[in-house]
Amino acid sequence: MSASLTAFAYLVASVCFIMALRGLSSPKSARMGNIFGIVGMIIAILTTVALPSVTSFDAIVIGIAIGGAIGAVIALKIAMTALPQLVAAFHSLVGLAAVLVAGAAFFSPEAYGIGTVGHIHTGSLIEMSIGTAIGAITFTGSIIAFGKLQGLVTGKPLVFKGQHMINLGLGIALVLVVVWLAATESSTAFWLLIALSLIIGVTLILPIGGADMPVVVSMLNSYSGWAAAGIGFTLANPALIVVGALVGSSGAILSYIMCKGMNRSFFNVILGGFGGETAAPGMDDLGDRTVRQGSAEDAAFIMEQANSVIIIPGYGMAVAQAQHALAEMVSVLEEKGVRVRYAIHPVAGRMPGHMNVLLAEANVPYDDVLELDEINSDFASTDVTFVIGANDVTNPAAKTDKSSPIYGMPVFNLDESGTVLFIKRSLASGYAGIDNPLFYKDNTMMLFDDAKKMCENIVKSLKGGGH
Amino acid sequence: MDPSTLADNAARLATEAAALAEKTAGLAQDATQVALTQTAGAGDPFVFLFTVFVLACFIGYYVVWSVTPALHSPLMAVTNAISSVIIVGALIAAGPGDWNLSKIFGFIAVILASVNIFGGFIVTQRMLAMYRAKK
Repeated sequence: MSASLTAFAYLVASVCFIMALRGLSSPKSARMGNIFGIVGMIIAILTTVALPSVTSFDAIVIGIAIGGAIGAVIALKIAMTALPQLVAAFHSLVGLAAVLVAGAAFFSPEAYGIGTVGHIHTGSLIEMSIGTAIGAITFTGSIIAFGKLQGLVTGKPLVFKGQHMINLGLGIALVLVVVWLAATESSTAFWLLIALSLIIGVTLILPIGGADMPVVVSMLNSYSGWAAAGIGFTLANPALIVVGALVGSSGAILSYIMCKGMNRSFFNVILGGFGGETAAPGMDDLGDRTVRQGSAEDAAFIMEQANSVIIIPGYGMAVAQAQHALAEMVSVLEEKGVRVRYAIHPVAGRMPGHMNVLLAEANVPYDDVLELDEINSDFASTDVTFVIGANDVTNPAAKTDKSSPIYGMPVFNLDESGTVLFIKRSLASGYAGIDNPLFYKDNTMMLFDDAKKMCENIVKSLKGGGH
Repeated sequence: MDPSTLADNAARLATEAAALAEKTAGLAQDATQVALTQTAGAGDPFVFLFTVFVLACFIGYYVVWSVTPALHSPLMAVTNAISSVIIVGALIAAGPGDWNLSKIFGFIAVILASVNIFGGFIVTQRMLAMYRAKK
């Protein structure tokens, strides 16, 4: 293959990758988009394998077979509720692959046309070290995020004294090592760079709380893209640079949307420490208020009488695996002529769009699932709002109480809704560690139970109590 | 000066002139080539790659904002899969016949990237297959 033909093939692959993302603008075109992505990947791999420098195929074929088999089995078996962990784990692999490719280029620069050992171009060394550093941070950072999502590492933010100073020190040390590496091409500097970056990945993500994971997962998504772009510069490969830029901006935009959904700045999230075991502010003066408690039968009766119901799912629904029971409850209600819609908060769940996937899994049509902005003006004309596994996104304190940690966060206008049914295991505060005044309102009925069990019981009583 | 030396000198001058003319032609060609490359703006290859990078960032920005929020999870899964195009670097490292440190690195990176490519695309396909419109 001539150099021009190779370059042209990489261009075609890049266009395919752009089309893969473009397809996601609607669920109808999305499947076609995924096929574009697969075609682009095949073109990129075949083009590379056809390069004259690639002469031995055994390692390549065996590697793809092993990796492909592992990836396929994991992807086919994973439960949809475990998606955030899976994505975090996959990010860590991209990070490690970037480090390894940079290592290969460092020890065999002639294979990549960037000089010879001891005489690698300074520009290539700088690009390589940026790719390596971001790759290594992505690797350990994603492992910590995976551990937090999987429950292996505590979801509480681990804050220690002088943590910001340590991170700052590590960051400065990293820059110095990059300079050292670029100036001397010392392999000690290269290993030190990797070690430092691996440590930074850990110290950066550990202090961030479990429910801030949507931002972290998006951010690591972004990092894996920038790492790929950095390696793309070293390899002078435009396809890799294009993909890196696409993925990098995608992750950055998702992080931005998530931060906006919590009314917090990106730095506020990254510096961590939010949502710990802090005492609930204002808990004392709410002590003598009472809550109205209801049973599955009460909830079934109230919803049966309603014209329209809005359902607000949250992470608790995923934890309880309640999406199928919920969808069954909704289909029974719809048979009875009740109009039911779902309202999704941008930060519901542990990754962007998490709730939408779970509802799709339970066969809920996507046109019944609406975003916060689309549905928030409809609560005034809604008879019943059914909150399942969400808490902070319903808290009216975000609108009224300036001292609240979540003040300014966009929340659902539940104060305008008719009856509010709130499934919860206990009266404990949400992840932000703050009490929810909504519990004590007259038109709120608390349903204390596991989300899945409660939905199943409501279905039973809807069917049993039928006419 | 006898006529034969004169003829010899003239012949030598003629060949020298011819050689000079050839050199000038070559130089002129070089000059046009240099001028052409400069007008094409190729310059340093880094600048070219950086141009690609910046333009791709803009494409990414506009394309990703047009993604519907309901598909943000598949977006993450598919970006994850395509970022494994880093496998091209791993293939180059794993390609040479002799085993050395770089080939070992390349081999492991091929495995890791393949896990991601197959896993990422399959899980995206699984997710997208579940989205359905209202009957």
